[in-house]
Amino acid sequence: MNVKNNNIESKRLSFWEKLYLPEVVRGLSLTFRQMFKPAITRQYPEEKWIPEGSYRGRPVLVMEEEGERCVACGLCSRVCPAIAIEVQAAETEKDKERYPELFEINMLRCIYCGFCEEVCPEEAIVMSKDYELVFEDREAAIYGKDKLLVPIAQLQDRLEFLRQYRNV
Amino acid sequence: MTIPEALIQVLITGIKIFMIFNVVLVAAAYMVYAERKVSAWMQERIGPNRVGPYGLLQSFADVVKLVMKEDIVPAAADKFFHTLAPLISISVAIAVYSVIPFGNFITIAGRDIPLSIAPDLNIGLLIVLALTSVGVFGITLAGWSSNNKYSLLGGLRSSAQMISYELSMGLAVIGVLMLSNSLNLNEIVKAQSGLKWNIFFQPFGFIIFMVAALAETNRAPFDLAEAEPELVGGYHTEYTGMKFGLFYLAEYANMLASSAIIATLFFGGWQVPFLPEILGLKEGSLILVLLQTGAFITKTLVFVFIFIWIRWSTPRFRYDQLMNLGWKVLLPLSLANIILTGIGITLWDYFTK
Repeated sequence: MNVKNNNIESKRLSFWEKLYLPEVVRGLSLTFRQMFKPAITRQYPEEKWIPEGSYRGRPVLVMEEEGERCVACGLCSRVCPAIAIEVQAAETEKDKERYPELFEINMLRCIYCGFCEEVCPEEAIVMSKDYELVFEDREAAIYGKDKLLVPIAQLQDRLEFLRQYRNV
Repeated sequence: MTIPEALIQVLITGIKIFMIFNVVLVAAAYMVYAERKVSAWMQERIGPNRVGPYGLLQSFADVVKLVMKEDIVPAAADKFFHTLAPLISISVAIAVYSVIPFGNFITIAGRDIPLSIAPDLNIGLLIVLALTSVGVFGITLAGWSSNNKYSLLGGLRSSAQMISYELSMGLAVIGVLMLSNSLNLNEIVKAQSGLKWNIFFQPFGFIIFMVAALAETNRAPFDLAEAEPELVGGYHTEYTGMKFGLFYLAEYANMLASSAIIATLFFGGWQVPFLPEILGLKEGSLILVLLQTGAFITKTLVFVFIFIWIRWSTPRFRYDQLMNLGWKVLLPLSLANIILTGIGITLWDYFTK
């Protein structure tokens, strides 16, 4: 097979192209026009980005009026690939019979994969829109129930998203 | 008691040096700001806006940061030359301003004070070309004394590039010299009175000079000396703190000097076309001086903007392309320009006399 490949040699430039200057002027006009376009910069600490419902921020526990939804089944703890979740169950007088006495997520370990949310039978742990996670020491990075419980009203976007796409 | 004439001259020159020195350094600081702002606008960003109103104090914050940083000299470096290199760069960059006229003259107490540090220097333009060539030493020494192969390559590239473009730059200026019959920059400006700007007679000379000036100041698209992808940081890889800051300032001072020289040689320097004649202003009066200096600064700033504009629009030349352009294109063109100018002047003289 002796097929001549015409792509090997690059195309010779014409005299006009060899001058460079016309193309340089075209480039300059482009950047000049660009100068008058509005900036797309978001000035972060003042202007915050509000994510969509599909965003996987820090995982939180859903809190309804009578308390958390969680029944302390421990599936999230089991499925967590980073072993970030620890749950200790206890009994309660309420209908659901069980509740988490201790629920801790180590935010230094969490990889925001959303498996805990996927596996949860009660839709009790969901990913929130919160992406500003700053701690001053490792102790502070372990979030207990005080930080994890979030009123259901703040999680409507995520719950709506889950309802639409969970079983697709 | 009368003050001796020599002392007055020294005093006047001292005041002029002090003023120009400060103006140049502050202008260089603000050019860093301008560069960042213009590049931001071209990339649809905002740019520095935190330090002071509209980020105007950003450059000073940067200088304070650089001064407070640790000054590291590599163990294997040649300490003397490592320290000398940035000093050469910055002092040469500032020395160029000694011959640039920023106005004709001002009359104070019956005395005509020319508005440049060395006004009667009849080799003004040669001094400019000579000093910009000395600037190569700063960069080459920085590359060599760092004892780092990338720095050395950066220094080598820059010296090869500057020597190549020096020739075209010098030859491009000859056309202007032939028109004005003088090397004194103030005489060159005076020869361009009444909108007889050299740009209209020397368009090729201007383009060649502009390209060569970009290469001389190591600006994009000819900033091979600091090509990050190939040479880490170029000749100033091993510099920290204020020594690095001096190189940075020198780059901008050089750019400002080049802009001022382009404005002087091709765009009539401090000449304000027609307006003084219409208003009937006397040479040496304060208003005319302010007008002239304003015109000069405006023209210079336009070229500063063009320099920045070009930097953020063009990709970097490859080394062989750079040498091709310098030796095979610009050098013959500048020689042709001299011949054309000579023929033009001869024909003009023949038909008008």
